[in-house]
Amino acid sequence: SVNPDLASERQTPSFSVEKLTAWLDGGAEHTRIRRAVVEAIDRDPVFSRENQYFQSQNERYEAAVRKSVHLQKKMHEMGWTENGPEFKYIYRALSGDIAFLLHRIFMRSISMLGSDKQIAKWIPLASQYQLIGSYAQTELGHGTYLQGLETTAVFDIATQEFILNTPKISAMKWWPGDMGRSATHTVVFAQLYVHGKCYGVHPFIVQIRSLQDHSLCPGISAGDIGPKMNFEHVDNGYLMLQNVRIPRENMLNKFCEVQPDGTYVRRGSQKINYFTMTTVRISLMSDEVITPLMKACTIAIRYSVVRRQSKLEPGEQEAKILDYQTQQEKLLPQLAAAYAFHSINNYLEELFDKGYREIQRRNFDTLPELHAFSSGFKALITQHCTAAVEICLRACGGHGYSSLSGLPSLYTKILASCIYEGENTILLLQTARFLIKCFMAASAGQSVPPSVTYLAAVKPGKCPAKNKLDFLRPDIYTEAYQHMAVRLVSSTAAKLQNLIQSGVKKHEAWNRCTVQLAQAAKAHCHYITVKNFAETVEKLETKAGIQKIMKHLCDLFALHGIFSNAGDFLHDGYISGAQMDMVTASYLDLLPVIRKDAVPLVDAFDFTDKTLNSALGSYDGQVYQRLYEWAQKSPTNKQMSPAYERYLKPLLHNTLSKL
Amino acid sequence: VNADLRRERAAATFQPELLTHILDGGAERTRRRKEIEALVINDPDFQHEDLNFLSRSQRYEQAIRKSSLMVMKLREYGIADPEEIYWFKSFVHRGRPEPLDLHLGMFLPTLLTQATPEQQDRFFMPAWNLEIIGTYAQTEMGHGTHLRGLETTATYDPATQEFILNSPTVTSIKWWPGGLGKTSNHAIVLAQLYTQGQCKGLHAFIVPIRQLGTHEPLPGITVGDIGPKFGYDEMDNGYLKMDNFRIPRENMLMKYAQVEPDGTYVKPLSDKLTYGTMVFIRSLIVGDSARSLSRACTIAIRYSAVRHQSELKPGEPEPQILDYQTQQYKLFPLLATAYAFHFVGAYIKDTYHRISGDISEGDLSELPELHALTAGLKAFTSWTANAGIEECRMACGGHGYSRCSGIPDIYVTFTPSCTYEGENTVMMLQTARFLVKSYTQVSSGQQVTGMVSYLNDLARQRIQPQHVAAKSATVRINDPASLVEAYKARAARLVEAAAKNLQAELNHRKSKEDAWNRTSVDLVRASEAHCHYVIVKLFAAKLSDISDAAVRAVMTELCLLYALYGISKNAGDFLQAGILTDAQVTQVNQRVKELLAVIRPNAVALVDSFDFHDIHLGSVLGRYDGNVYENMFEWAKKSPLNKTEVHESFHKHLKPMQAKL
Repeated sequence: SVNPDLASERQTPSFSVEKLTAWLDGGAEHTRIRRAVVEAIDRDPVFSRENQYFQSQNERYEAAVRKSVHLQKKMHEMGWTENGPEFKYIYRALSGDIAFLLHRIFMRSISMLGSDKQIAKWIPLASQYQLIGSYAQTELGHGTYLQGLETTAVFDIATQEFILNTPKISAMKWWPGDMGRSATHTVVFAQLYVHGKCYGVHPFIVQIRSLQDHSLCPGISAGDIGPKMNFEHVDNGYLMLQNVRIPRENMLNKFCEVQPDGTYVRRGSQKINYFTMTTVRISLMSDEVITPLMKACTIAIRYSVVRRQSKLEPGEQEAKILDYQTQQEKLLPQLAAAYAFHSINNYLEELFDKGYREIQRRNFDTLPELHAFSSGFKALITQHCTAAVEICLRACGGHGYSSLSGLPSLYTKILASCIYEGENTILLLQTARFLIKCFMAASAGQSVPPSVTYLAAVKPGKCPAKNKLDFLRPDIYTEAYQHMAVRLVSSTAAKLQNLIQSGVKKHEAWNRCTVQLAQAAKAHCHYITVKNFAETVEKLETKAGIQKIMKHLCDLFALHGIFSNAGDFLHDGYISGAQMDMVTASYLDLLPVIRKDAVPLVDAFDFTDKTLNSALGSYDGQVYQRLYEWAQKSPTNKQMSPAYERYLKPLLHNTLSKL
Repeated sequence: VNADLRRERAAATFQPELLTHILDGGAERTRRRKEIEALVINDPDFQHEDLNFLSRSQRYEQAIRKSSLMVMKLREYGIADPEEIYWFKSFVHRGRPEPLDLHLGMFLPTLLTQATPEQQDRFFMPAWNLEIIGTYAQTEMGHGTHLRGLETTATYDPATQEFILNSPTVTSIKWWPGGLGKTSNHAIVLAQLYTQGQCKGLHAFIVPIRQLGTHEPLPGITVGDIGPKFGYDEMDNGYLKMDNFRIPRENMLMKYAQVEPDGTYVKPLSDKLTYGTMVFIRSLIVGDSARSLSRACTIAIRYSAVRHQSELKPGEPEPQILDYQTQQYKLFPLLATAYAFHFVGAYIKDTYHRISGDISEGDLSELPELHALTAGLKAFTSWTANAGIEECRMACGGHGYSRCSGIPDIYVTFTPSCTYEGENTVMMLQTARFLVKSYTQVSSGQQVTGMVSYLNDLARQRIQPQHVAAKSATVRINDPASLVEAYKARAARLVEAAAKNLQAELNHRKSKEDAWNRTSVDLVRASEAHCHYVIVKLFAAKLSDISDAAVRAVMTELCLLYALYGISKNAGDFLQAGILTDAQVTQVNQRVKELLAVIRPNAVALVDSFDFHDIHLGSVLGRYDGNVYENMFEWAKKSPLNKTEVHESFHKHLKPMQAKL
């Protein structure tokens, strides 16, 4: 039975939960397919995550491998294919607790960077799991800065082979997933040398383990890099190469090739090598970043209406903690952010699909803009969502700290997203470089990509809001964000130019402006997110109350951003002190409004209890009962700890006090 | 030692030892601390495998083993001073919690303060000798910070002269107490006392929970471990359910309140004294915020001096990442914060000791303010340190995410302090209550004293309203004293705004509680501004105590950075109140970046001054010698997944799959 405190929250939603779910899924048909996939997976005991919180690293890894293998069978049984509509829901249903994710990146990089011949050779083997692939880019001493990689691949004309080496300890490949224990092959990124000349970083397919007995190939040292904050199920690995020889044909050569006589040939733009990374960044947002935030919100908000603490009115029973303004102010902006990022992510996915088709046609015009988008939004969304999940965790007080709440594992997993696929600060600076360039071009009257035309249309002036209700107008707050972004970009560009004109070297001037540049890039992405959310809400159907509640969330997201970055908006007086008080008032007024729909809004995310795997967040709200039952399953309660016989007993039996 | 770190240390403008002495409270304290540290570190009994590679059960077992030895050796060495015990313990357990924490830190002290002499005779020596191991069971599954809501009952039965303890609901199960799950055989249980049909509120009872000898739970007692957590792997946080469990009347702690044999309840005299304990524990958390953040800064800054990445100047080798402005901007304000919190922790401790002197002489007049202030400071420092540790980890990139960096452990060990000993938001609102009260006093013409005395100025300003521009012109951004004034003005403004909003809500609504709730976001902001002011003030005041000129110079830079960075991050408050102009905020932002460059040459020396031993730091990235990469490789080889070259999963799953497809 559902806890009455939770049931009462669901009685009078202002909108149709089912319709909102359908909107989130992109249509009722998608909802139907997703639910079918989730149900099939939830019902299969092999995929159960019931004991996950009690397992060791070794057990987690084994379970992930077992599930991945079982998944092949399951897909066959269910008639799911990699190109079918079900496929994208499988990962969500498994909560990513599965091995061989890098195997997919391995295949993707071959498809994108390999010649037709290479694709024909490797892809069938990989899809049949006759080999297991990984993707080895990062080194112990080198991460985001690819040019700094130290692994070498020297072409030997005599044998028509590349000789791969790890010249020093910092050049060891470090972190690649699936490489510590599982992979038989990996794509190694190495500095290519032909006739003593370095041609920069290129990808090579290298076999690292025997296909017969899985033992390491000659010249290869590889293993697991040890425990991490999360990803216990993934064997992130290290790889050392000593004179490992691979045939010439193993360099992925769609865009660059070393011919038998050692001639280096380049076809098309080198930039394309980085497009893999660019698309990966965006493709990760939904499953790895936004979905975890939605889960965290679901857990924290459901728990906050079940948990009662202290009194709001004397003589009444203790209040639900979600009725406290401070608790609303912690959680509801995170809920609004989840919807805002869901919306911008849809937009980005469309943009990238379009961009990808262009690039297939060898039209690279949109590449700089896409790159700036992927870098900036990856940084903004991962940073924001990571912080948001942590807020949800801490908003659950002591019980949030229990692994059984599900929140610690959501947090430790999402926070890795701030680093992988490009460290966030570096990514923001890449976006900033694009913005500065476009700003200069726009100022000189040249044409710029559509996302940044606003930089040219600098309108001086003041925010026209007259009362607090004006701040519920999307044109008013979108304009404020735009003004702030333009101000930060233009003032940083001016400072950069001043420094250079005063004789400071370009690179030094750049370094001295990087704190501001990163802020400007963030402001740009924040502006686009607000603008996109407002436009999305505008287009929603007015039926079933969906537009109305989404408008509230959009307002909250926008005003929370102004409230928390007040200095940026007050700085040049665009928003006055009196207007800032109106922003605060409108912002705080929205909290109790959205509060009423908080539970329906997380119900709309439509996570099953098995997907959430949280003692605090289940649909029925039987929080305490579940916490108590789950704790009984802990190995610490099942096995007698040897600590008692060995240490506690002598301690208690007074052997020590004789001293 | 790695060449980069050697160069960094040679370039420092001050002697780190002198700063270490200041942090320790004198050269003699430093010497003694290092002496105790050596006792532990050179003792083979305290060596063990890297805890990162052990299961939870194994970590618990190691912790119990070390705790037993620790108790024995503390007595052997005759270490009895509380601070020295704290050092010894934190070296033994390397800054982690341990299963006897609650026994030593709560059970024994509670016996001393709340037990009658007879009770002390019965329980204290057995507990001192660890025949009795106790814990302190307050929090319940459904109830935390709001103590009055606890549901456990203790009903007096005059017929047998016993209390009958019950956990009447699932939510009333005791949940979280450290050492309760597996270690303790006794617990001090907080329960609602019922006698003669009336509820007399919360009282403390000594409850045996496990059989002496067999360690099996007693009939009527259900006890166990609450399962895996974010951190605290060494600690058996437990649950406790009692079903009609009877204890003799003499097991209620009766130094203050009493239940007589016939069931007559005798009220305690005063409960003000319990404030003292809370203040003391919160001062420890402030100190812990400083230490945890210092450890994270040490790791991140040393690693940033060793790590080279990307290029700053075309054609030159990859620079140390500490040379990037963005990296400095992430780390140096946190370094300044760590120092600020050290001084705040020391201030609270000193003030507490001074006031406790007064307590015995009956002068408790300063206690309410200190109590209110420490609530907010506990929240402010633990929130800031919590976020700061994460920033340090993030600043170490991918390797920060590995357990070998040590920062994940610092974080998961530290983060519960945002919740325990009073949830932070609730703490902020306690401070706010005091601030509003003080504001109301000022409004009605009374003067207030202490840290809130700036509120007196508000009354004066209303008589002589100063022109905004005139006020902002007086802020000198290179003068710590002037910045203290700016923070003071911000606090005054936010306290006033919150108090006025509260009044406006009161005029509109029926109940006080509702109005308070609708103003609570403003009230928290006011408290934060007040605490921020206090911290800047204490940091600035500390500067004049520093005799060595070189140390004072670098501390002054850090103090300025701390104050200016705070202004930069909260520019909205300063702009809106007219404390600073746009142009001044731009100057502040610029000055922050200049200070980063000024502090850069001393960064490594400034973390060396914290003087964490490598073993205590527990980080491959933060090693004193900076030999990071070789040691990461050595560390990884010990990972459990590497025990065999071919993992069993290959034979069990991979191979069969390949055969089938």
